[in-house]
Amino acid sequence: MLNPKLFDTDVAMKSTRDGFSDGLLLAADENPNVVGLCADLTESVKMDAFKKKYPKRFIEMGIAEQSMASVASGMAAIGKIPFMASYAVFSPGRNWEQIRTTICYNNANVKIIGSHGGVTVGEDGGSHQALEDIALARVLPNMTVIVPCDAIEAKKATLAASRTNKPFYIRLSRTKTPVITVEETPFEIGKSSVVYSSDNAGVGIVATGTLLYNALVAAKELKESGISVSVLYLPTIKPLDTEGLLDFAKKCSGKIVSVEEHQVHGGMGSALAEFYAENYPVSMEFIGVKDQFGQSGKPEELIKHYGLDKDAIIEAVKKILKR
Amino acid sequence: MTEILNGEKIKYLEEKAKTIRISIIEMLAEAGSGHTAGSLGMADVFSLLYFHVLKHDPKNPTDENRDRLVLSNGHICPVLYSSMAHAGYFPIEELQTFRKFGSRLQGHPHREFLSLLETSSGPLGEGLSQAVGMALALRMDGKDNSVVCLTGDGELDEGQVWEAVMQAGKEKLGKLIAIVDRNNIQIDGSTDMVMPLEPLTEKFESFNWDVYEVNGNDLEAVNEAIRESEFVTDKPSVIIAHTISGKGVKEIEGDYHWHGKAPSKDEAEKFIVELSR
Repeated sequence: MLNPKLFDTDVAMKSTRDGFSDGLLLAADENPNVVGLCADLTESVKMDAFKKKYPKRFIEMGIAEQSMASVASGMAAIGKIPFMASYAVFSPGRNWEQIRTTICYNNANVKIIGSHGGVTVGEDGGSHQALEDIALARVLPNMTVIVPCDAIEAKKATLAASRTNKPFYIRLSRTKTPVITVEETPFEIGKSSVVYSSDNAGVGIVATGTLLYNALVAAKELKESGISVSVLYLPTIKPLDTEGLLDFAKKCSGKIVSVEEHQVHGGMGSALAEFYAENYPVSMEFIGVKDQFGQSGKPEELIKHYGLDKDAIIEAVKKILKR
Repeated sequence: MTEILNGEKIKYLEEKAKTIRISIIEMLAEAGSGHTAGSLGMADVFSLLYFHVLKHDPKNPTDENRDRLVLSNGHICPVLYSSMAHAGYFPIEELQTFRKFGSRLQGHPHREFLSLLETSSGPLGEGLSQAVGMALALRMDGKDNSVVCLTGDGELDEGQVWEAVMQAGKEKLGKLIAIVDRNNIQIDGSTDMVMPLEPLTEKFESFNWDVYEVNGNDLEAVNEAIRESEFVTDKPSVIIAHTISGKGVKEIEGDYHWHGKAPSKDEAEKFIVELSR
């Protein structure tokens, strides 16, 4: 079930980091053990509403992402449910080994929130555009990795994460993006959903994160030009919904286009390739950043430049159809 | 409040330290690898902590009112495992499984294998942050348990340590005690040569810590520092414990080559004779 105004020009826009803000408040209202840690980016990563409502449950770390990961682990050892937030470049980037050893190796109940994922960070430039974080997070044992497609999904993912007892990585975006789902859309950790279905689809598009919108627009345009594709939304990159993926590939003629705002190397597409190669070999095209860093610009300019827009997806679909 | 040590208690703790040391040598020789110098050097501190200072109950290891001990320099886990075994957390014979396949006693502590541990460690510089997190969480819950964090001195080269030092000072974590094993050795040589740490006391003081500098192989001196630190409730405390690496075995005392080396079976026999005197 998707937003009925999805393809309208006045579709509601909200960032996934704002959705996290809503979800963290719900989680904190529900469970007094939920605490927040932030490394001097409280407003930017949208932990400010939580800090305002629950000042005693908020820890200001200063610009110290490495210590933040281990402090969060220590708090989890006492029974807290820490949400630690920063930009994804710094967490899980800067503090990856602290996350590995003090969170994942301990299987500590810490939720890592990486905002500013992808090139849509925009003007701040490549240094601040995380394109490697999904790879960094999914390679760690015990970690669950979620990339929500819109603000509502980010809210639900945050709340769902707070109800588990395991390490999580949730990746967020800075920029406002279309609200794709509705409150009633079911969300379950580890489940994918077919969000655009065509009979006799010649290609299946698997998208994670906010680029799901471009995938849906591409699917619609392709259909109008007589090419049938289906779109699978995959919010949980780890653990993979293997059943959903298998079924989707079978129904989509064994041709898959992966779509993500991340390096092709090591990201969601790689995870799909690992799974399919072993279980149901498919032909694949990868929409993602191809071994490059980002740069300054408007989000839409960068999306186009790095080949993450709907035209690039359409092209990939046509290319794989010829194979 | 930690009690003063009387003569009888000192004797008891010295005996415990001796037993801990002998087990360390036995387990390292059996394993054929591991860290001898720091483990022997800290045996007195561990004896004091496990058999006098810490509030803990080996029969009820998950008691939420226990004090927390975080071993940040996980490579000296032989002294941790030995102390835990002698305190009754697990059978002393289990020490012989150290570093072997399937053992709960991993080469560096891993809580997924041994749930009795407060945390896993090995990669340096991360324990103090975890201790800060524990102290913050305990304070949020209105608890007054102590959190004791043991670190090496070479470990202080890690930048993360100073992130934690800064935060502990800011948060005035009065129930946090760090004990730095100041044995002046690290893998590449003396700490002075590799990366000078002095003036260390002043460094901690400038971050708003309550600082003690004592002979770390002197049970009474360390105990007195811990007792004094308990009166300071608005600052974290650090005890810079000057220890002799390899303490108890004359031929390896102070020799950095023994940082990451285990005794052979023959050496172990000789060392144990010396330690048993």
